[in-house]
Amino acid sequence: MSSLEALEQVREQALAELSRAATTEALAAWEKQVLGRQGSMTQQARQVGQLSPEDRPVFGRRVNEIKVLLQEAYDARLAQIRQIELSAQLETEKIDVTLPGRPVVPGHLHLTTQALRQLYRIFAYMGFEVYEAPDVELEAYNFDLLNIPEYHPARDMWDTFWVRGSEGDSRDRRLLRTHTSPGQIRVMRERYPEPIRVVLPGKCYRYEQITVRAEHQFYQLEGLAVGKGITITDLIGTITQFSHLYYGADRGVRVRSSYFPFTEPSVEVDTECILCQGKGCAVCKYTGWLEIAGAGMVHPVVLQNGGYDPDVWSGFAFGFGVERPAMQKYGVEDIRLFYGNDLRFLRQF
Amino acid sequence: MKIPLSWLNEYVDLHDIPVDQLRQRLDLAGLEVDALELIGHPGAALPWDPDRVITAEVLAVRQHPNADRLVLAEVNYVGEAPEVVVTGAPSLYDLRGREDLHLKVAFAWEGAELYDGHAEGWVKARLKKTQIRGEPSRAMVCSEKELGLSEAAEDILYLSDDTPVGVPLVDVLGDTVLSFDIKGPFGHLQSVYGIARELSALYHRPLKRNPLDAAERLGLTASTEAGFVHLEIADPELCPRYTATLIRNIEVKPSPLWLQMRLRRAGMRPINNIVDITNYVMLELGQPLHAFDYAEVRSPAGGTQPTIIVRRAHAGEQMKTLDGELRTFDDQMLLITDGQGPVGIAGVMGGEESEVGADTRDVLLEAANFHFLNIRRTSQQLKLQTEASSRFGKRVDPELALPAAARAAELMVELAGGQVDRTVGDLYPGRPEPQAIVFDPALADRLLGIEIPREEQGRILRALEFGVEDQGAAFRVTVPSYRRDVTLPVDLVEEVGRIHGYDRFPSTLIDEALPPLRRNRALEDEEHLRDVLVGLGLDEIITYSLIDPGDEARIHPDPAQTLALPGDPVVLRNPLAPERSLMRRTLLPGALRTAWANLRYLDRVAVFEVGRVHYRTGPADAMTGDTGVAEPRHLSMLLTGVRTPVWWQEASDRPALLDYFDLKGVVDALLLRLSLDDNVQWARGAHPSFHPGRCAVVSVYDRELGVLGELHPLVREAFDLPAQPVAVLLWDLDVLLDAATEADAAKKVGMISPYAPVHEDLALVVDEATPAVEVQRAILEAGRPLVTEATLFDVYRGAQVGPGKKSLAFALSYQAPNRSLSDRDVTKLRQRIVKAVEKGLGARLRGS
Repeated sequence: MSSLEALEQVREQALAELSRAATTEALAAWEKQVLGRQGSMTQQARQVGQLSPEDRPVFGRRVNEIKVLLQEAYDARLAQIRQIELSAQLETEKIDVTLPGRPVVPGHLHLTTQALRQLYRIFAYMGFEVYEAPDVELEAYNFDLLNIPEYHPARDMWDTFWVRGSEGDSRDRRLLRTHTSPGQIRVMRERYPEPIRVVLPGKCYRYEQITVRAEHQFYQLEGLAVGKGITITDLIGTITQFSHLYYGADRGVRVRSSYFPFTEPSVEVDTECILCQGKGCAVCKYTGWLEIAGAGMVHPVVLQNGGYDPDVWSGFAFGFGVERPAMQKYGVEDIRLFYGNDLRFLRQF
Repeated sequence: MKIPLSWLNEYVDLHDIPVDQLRQRLDLAGLEVDALELIGHPGAALPWDPDRVITAEVLAVRQHPNADRLVLAEVNYVGEAPEVVVTGAPSLYDLRGREDLHLKVAFAWEGAELYDGHAEGWVKARLKKTQIRGEPSRAMVCSEKELGLSEAAEDILYLSDDTPVGVPLVDVLGDTVLSFDIKGPFGHLQSVYGIARELSALYHRPLKRNPLDAAERLGLTASTEAGFVHLEIADPELCPRYTATLIRNIEVKPSPLWLQMRLRRAGMRPINNIVDITNYVMLELGQPLHAFDYAEVRSPAGGTQPTIIVRRAHAGEQMKTLDGELRTFDDQMLLITDGQGPVGIAGVMGGEESEVGADTRDVLLEAANFHFLNIRRTSQQLKLQTEASSRFGKRVDPELALPAAARAAELMVELAGGQVDRTVGDLYPGRPEPQAIVFDPALADRLLGIEIPREEQGRILRALEFGVEDQGAAFRVTVPSYRRDVTLPVDLVEEVGRIHGYDRFPSTLIDEALPPLRRNRALEDEEHLRDVLVGLGLDEIITYSLIDPGDEARIHPDPAQTLALPGDPVVLRNPLAPERSLMRRTLLPGALRTAWANLRYLDRVAVFEVGRVHYRTGPADAMTGDTGVAEPRHLSMLLTGVRTPVWWQEASDRPALLDYFDLKGVVDALLLRLSLDDNVQWARGAHPSFHPGRCAVVSVYDRELGVLGELHPLVREAFDLPAQPVAVLLWDLDVLLDAATEADAAKKVGMISPYAPVHEDLALVVDEATPAVEVQRAILEAGRPLVTEATLFDVYRGAQVGPGKKSLAFALSYQAPNRSLSDRDVTKLRQRIVKAVEKGLGARLRGS
C-alpha cells in the first residue's frame, strides 16, 4: 500500500469515527486521536521525511488538504452535537409555568385614604389646598360661630359627643367635631385678609347608633372659597367640575334648595344615580338622583365671625361624604366595614 | 311629615301636574320629598282595578235563606240589574228587611285583587265566583282592611252619601301621600297649608284661604276677659300668646271617614272627634292645639271662675301626662296650670286629669304660642317629643293662634254638634313688631351670579306673601308674621334663588386670582410615608379614635399599674357605650384589636396606622380658639403570624413566624427611603407593653421617635392574642417626618466609583453585651472613607470564642473613588479597623 493510499485510509477511518462520535466527550477524544499532537494525522505528516523528494510535495499537499477537511468536519460535527445536547438539556429544564410564583406580599392603602386622595387631587386641579383642623373642638367653633346657637333647632341636625370636664361655660365646652365646618372659622381667622380656597378633610363623630348605614366615626371633606366676587354659579360650576372628574362627564348634576345654618342660600347637590343611571331605584329612592354634597354661600354671620366683611367678601362652602361615594362605587352595603379593619375587606382595594 | 296630595289640592289646584314633576319641583325648592306612597293607584301596594273595584249603593238587605249570620244585599252599581251579594257585615245584618236604602259602599267584582279580610297580616287574594251556603256570589262589598285602608275588617266601609255610584273607587278614595323631609327650623312648612302656600308661589296659582277665615264665619271676637275663664300669663317672654275658646255641648264620638282617612294618611291614629279635630287643624295649619275638659279646669281656692295661669314650674313640681307618666319639672319649664295646679306642659303634652273623654260635654280649646327654644329645651330635658313640641320647636306664628282655634271650633260645631262661645279669651303680650328689611335686588345678583330682573324678584317675594314697596333702587320688604326666620337681606336672596329655580342657573368657575399657594408639607410627607409602607408589604388600617378605657389598662402587664401616657385623657360625657368613651392616647389598642379580629380568619397580619392621638394639655379658650387638646400624629405598625404565605417549594409543616427582625427590616427600609439611615440611633428600650429583652428605642438627630419590639407576653394574653411573637412599633410621626424633612434638606449626592471594590470578611469577638450596631459603627468610622459597606453576616457563640463572648462576622467592601486599591491599602485599612475596635470595644480578631 502506497503512503498516499494509507493516508486516504486514515482519512476515511477518521471520518467514519467522527460520524460515530455522539457526545462532546467522544468528539474531544476523536480530536485528540486524529488532529492532536500524537494524533493519526500528525503521524502521517511526520512520514513526509521518509518519502522520495518527488513524492513529497504531492503527499505534503494532500496531508494539509485532509487536515483542513477533517478540521471542518470536526467543527461541523461539534456544532451539531452541541445543538443536540443543548436541546436535550433545555428539555430536561422544562417547568410548569402555571405554578404559583414566589410570594411577594403587597400592602394596601385603606379605602378611605384612597377616596380622600382622589378628592384632594380633583380639588387641587382647581386650586384648593388641603387644610386640617382639630378633631376635639370647641363648642363655639362647631356650633355658635357657625350661626348655630345653643338650643337652636338646627342643632338637631348633629347628635354630639361631649367631652367630660367642660360642663360649665359654653365658651370653653369641648366636643368631638360633628362636621368639618369648624375648620372654616379656623382657616378664615388664620388667613384673613387673603382670599381662600381650601378643602378641609377629617374624621367626624356623631352620637348615632351604629348600623349598616351609620357610623359614629366617619370622614368628611369640606370646601371653602372666599373672595370678592364669588357667586353661587361658581359653586355650581365647581361641584359640577368635581362630579365630571369623579363620576364622569356624562353624568348629570342638579342643584336643589336646602337648609344649613352656616350657609345662605343653602343648596344640596345631586348627581345622577350611578346604580340606575338616573332611571330610579331603591338606592336613590326612585328619584334618579343621589345626593353628593351639601353646600351654599357662606352665611354673612360666619364670614363676619371669620373676620371677613360680608359687604365686601363672599364665599361658598360645601361638604362631601368620603365613605358614601366609595360605597356606591363598589357596592359596599355596610359602612362598619371601613373602620372594623377586616383585612379581607381592605385587601380588595 | 306626610301629606296626602288630595288635601293639598283643596288649597291649590294641582290636578293637572304629574306627580313626578311635582316632586321634582318640590325637591328643587328645598321641600324635599323623601318618598311617595300611592293608595289605590297603579304602583300602589294594592292597586284598585278601576273596572272591578268601584263605588256602589246598597238598596236592600234580606236574610240569607240558609245562614243565620249572613244576609243578602242588593247592590246597585249602575249595571243592567242590581247584583245580590252575600255578606256578614254586622251593620247590614242589623238592616235586614229594609228595602229603602241608599248606602254608598266599595264594591268589588270577581277577578279583583284585594287583601284577605280574615287572614293575619296583609295577604293578597283574588276574588272568585263561589257559592256561599247555596247562594251564588261573584262580587262583594269591601271592608277597610280588604282595600288596604286600615286594619278594620269587622264591618264594611261606608262612603259619604254624595259619592257617585258606578265610578272607579280609585277616583274617590285613591291618593298619593307625599312624605316630606324638610330640613331646618321652619314652622311655616310644618303643615298642609304651608306647603300649599309654597306650591302656589312655585306654580303661580291662587291659594284658597278659607281655612283661615273661620273666626269671621263664626262671628268670634277676642277679649282679654272671656267670661268662662280667667287667663294669666306669668312669663310673657316664654308665652307670647294664649287663647282659650269654649265649645259647649259637644258629643264625643268617632270622626267621619274622610277625617279619619286624612289623619291616617298623615300618619296619625284617629281617637275621637274632638282629639281628631285638634290634630287635624294642627296638620292643616301648623298650630298645635289642646282640648281640655272644661269641667276639669278648676278655680283657685276661694274663687269661682275657672282659671288658666301660664307660668314656670317650681323646681321639683310634678304632673302625670296624658301618656300616664309622672313627670318632674325644673324651674325653666313652662306649665299650663289651673286654679289648683298643673294641667299641661306648655307646648309639649297635656295632663291626664283634664283630658277629653267620652263624657266630656264642654271643651276648653287652647291655641297658644310658646318660645321655641324653651319648648325645645323642655322636650329635650324630659326626653318627650310630640307632634306639638316638634312644631313649636320650629317656631310657630303667634298670629296663627286665633284662626286655628276658630277653625277647630268650626269643625267641632260641624262634627260634634257643639256651640261656640262668641268671645274668645286672648292674651297677646308678645305681639311681634312688624319686621321690614331694606333689600337691594343687586345683592341677589352679587351672590347668585345671574341677573334676575328687579320686577321678577319683586314678583317672587310677593308670591311668598312678603310686602314689597319701592324705596329708591331698593325694596322695603315686610316679612309675613310666619316668616320670622327671615331677618337679613341674604335670607331674601335665598327666597328669590329657590323660587326662580337652581335648575335654571348656569355653572361658572371662580373668576378671580388664586390665593397665595401653599404646600401642605405635613400631609404630603404623611401620604409619602403611607406609600412607602404599603410598598413594604403592610396594609393600612384606620381604627376608631374612641376606645375602651379598659384598653389603656390592658396595655400594661401589671394590673396594678397603668402606662404613663401624656396629658389628661379626653373622656366623653355621653358615650354610646363604655367601649367607646375615651379618645385614644396611643395607637396600640387599635392595632392589637385589629390583630385579634383578623387572626380569627387569617394567619398573617402586617399592618400600619397613621393617625392622631388626643390628650388634654390645659383649659380651652374660645377667644383664641385653643382647644387645650394636643393631637399629634402617631405611627403604629404590627406584624404577627407566618412570615411568608404557604408556597409549594418550601416545606410548610412549621412555617417561620414574623418577629422583631421582620419589623426591624421594614423599619430599616423605611429609614433608608426617608434618608434617615445615617442619622438614626438604636438603643435597648424599656416600655412596659413590650418584652423587656426585645424592645428598642429609636432616635434621629437625638430626638426620640419611639419604640419597637415584641409585645409583652402578658399584654398579648390580655388581648387574647395567640402565643406567637407580635412585633409592634409605636412612633411619633411628627418627629419622624420633621427629621425626614431635615435630612432631605441636607442631602447631597454620594460617590459612585468606577473602580471595582475589594471584598473581605472580618470576624470580631466581643462581649455578649456589646450591641452589634456599635461594632458596625466603629468599623465604618475607622475605615472612613474607603470602607463603603460593613454588613453583618454571622453571629457565633460557643466553645471557639468562650463564655460571655460572641463573634460577629462582617463582610467589608473597600473602594476608592479615583483608583483601584492595592493589597497594601487593604492591609493598612484592616489594621486600622482592628486596632480601633480593640481599643474602643475590647474586641479581638477571631482566630488571633
